[in-house]
Amino acid sequence: MKKLSILLALIMLLTGVAYADSITVYNSYDYIDESVLDDFTKETGIEVEYVMFTRQEEMYTQLTTGGGKYDIIFPSDYIIERLIKDGMLSEIDYEQCPNAKENLLDSMWNSDYDSGNVYSVPYMWGTMGILYNTELVKDEIYSWDSLFDPAYKRDVFMLDSMRDMMGLMLVYLGYDINSTNEDELAEVRDLLIEQKQNNIVQGYLVDEVKDKMVGGEAAMAVMWSGDAMYAMDLDEDGVLAYTVPEEGSNVWIDAMCIPKNSENYEAALKFIDFMCRPDIAQRNYDYIHYASPIAQVVEELSEEEAENVAVNPTEEILERCYFFHDLMDQMELYNEYWMQIRS
Amino acid sequence: MKRSYFSGPYALWMILFTIFPIVFVGLYAITVRNETANSLYAGLKNISEIFANKGTYMKVLWRSITLAFECTLICLFLGYPCAYFLASKEFAKYKTLFVLILLPMWMNFLLRTYASMGLLERNGIINTIVTSLGFERLDLIGTRGAVLYGMIYNYLPFMVLPIHTSLKKMDRRVIEAAQDLGANPLRVFYKVTLPLSVPGIISGITMVFMPSVTTFAISGLLGSGNFMLIGDVIEAQFMQANNWNFGSALSLFMTALILLSIGLLNRLDAGKNSERSEKW
Repeated sequence: MKKLSILLALIMLLTGVAYADSITVYNSYDYIDESVLDDFTKETGIEVEYVMFTRQEEMYTQLTTGGGKYDIIFPSDYIIERLIKDGMLSEIDYEQCPNAKENLLDSMWNSDYDSGNVYSVPYMWGTMGILYNTELVKDEIYSWDSLFDPAYKRDVFMLDSMRDMMGLMLVYLGYDINSTNEDELAEVRDLLIEQKQNNIVQGYLVDEVKDKMVGGEAAMAVMWSGDAMYAMDLDEDGVLAYTVPEEGSNVWIDAMCIPKNSENYEAALKFIDFMCRPDIAQRNYDYIHYASPIAQVVEELSEEEAENVAVNPTEEILERCYFFHDLMDQMELYNEYWMQIRS
Repeated sequence: MKRSYFSGPYALWMILFTIFPIVFVGLYAITVRNETANSLYAGLKNISEIFANKGTYMKVLWRSITLAFECTLICLFLGYPCAYFLASKEFAKYKTLFVLILLPMWMNFLLRTYASMGLLERNGIINTIVTSLGFERLDLIGTRGAVLYGMIYNYLPFMVLPIHTSLKKMDRRVIEAAQDLGANPLRVFYKVTLPLSVPGIISGITMVFMPSVTTFAISGLLGSGNFMLIGDVIEAQFMQANNWNFGSALSLFMTALILLSIGLLNRLDAGKNSERSEKW
């Protein structure tokens, strides 16, 4: 009998892992310091299955078509809005997430896609702006105006992303970033066509721009702060600078959410709380180099980093930055006009 | 007939990966989706949209066709002599030369296009040489010429190979006969070699024209997105505008155009070589 119980204990010990909780985490590609996951398992005994996607839409399709069961997902603001509308997210119990409750920056609580972070806990965030080469521009850049200065011949990279590009230009012209008004969008279209005809644009690209800017291929490029940070990290001569133009811009947040169909709600909450712990957030920040929403990480920024609006946008900048909303199929005009600009 | 079951796997493959997708593309193309009203209905709005929007898509289509046409023409004029010499007796022993034509195809085309980008950029290899020699920097990247270069570079082997094969297969005695009958080399070429290599030329043209007209990555990378081709528009419908229906309609339209041009080429081919079996 004794032998049998020892044997049983041994079996239980060996298979212990299988009895412990396990969660599936679904994040974008290259968007976490993966050693953090091992530490989470070590500390909590909860296994992590880590799955990655490349595009937000891909994740959304996976979720809505039931392609997989996830306990934690990392959607962006406008996708969160869509998921809330679809009723696919669980509310976050902050009593079980003291780190999230205490460490998140004050400015991270009143986003308009999910005010009060009922369904989502910010993970990384940033803005859009202009990355410029201080040696190739004449003056300091502070306005979207510079993108239309005919003195720059084939010296500006625009983003090949209709929503972002047209949204930013709506803000530049003083309109709502989420406008679907025909006249306003037509004005944006004419502006961008004129810019192209004036031979200011060198190209419309997405992923290639950051490397081109490091290589000194153009004076200015419209960019996400995360990409700008990547370029500035690679730029050995320190000639690149990032600015959020004074007319205003876009602010975005990637957050952590728990899908309603998750069967490991408690474990998922533990994971979210773990990610909001200052030391863990610091490691993720060091790895990804996007702006962190965790107050302690922001306090730890070096003087140079703290001055860099790409990783540390000031309150004043945030006041003139707006979130994109999910426009669903009201994108038709954007598409039509964007195609006219690009053709 | 007895062994027809051998074609089973292929038939299954065709049904799964050719017939099904085409049916789906067709269904997408003729339906209109309204997310706000959460409704889906059949309609030809997507098809008519191809011709609308201030002729934007027609303009892009025309650009795609002219670029593809130029690319095919240049490939033919570069590729034919190349294939001709490689197939000739004198060069036949230099197998390495032939391998050199194939060599670039062993690398992924996207990789080669990225490499071309590094070559053509402002501070790229060509411009570094040009400026170090004291000349003005050249505007290469992001131009129409760069796109054309990229297409020719990528598709030239597809022109050389079929022409080479048809020249290789040719009965040398026919040429000897022509020479014996007193035809000069030029006459031999125009009256014998060229007509006999028409099948190779035609498959070369199809193999270059088809991928060039639908290309999209090259125009993005080497043209820096300044020369949007129909492939780019279709990509944008799926990846950016989230309008699969219009993207499908455009794809379907493209497929129809390609089928039409293959049909025309086939007719030409059949006219020239009525004894040859149908190629497609």
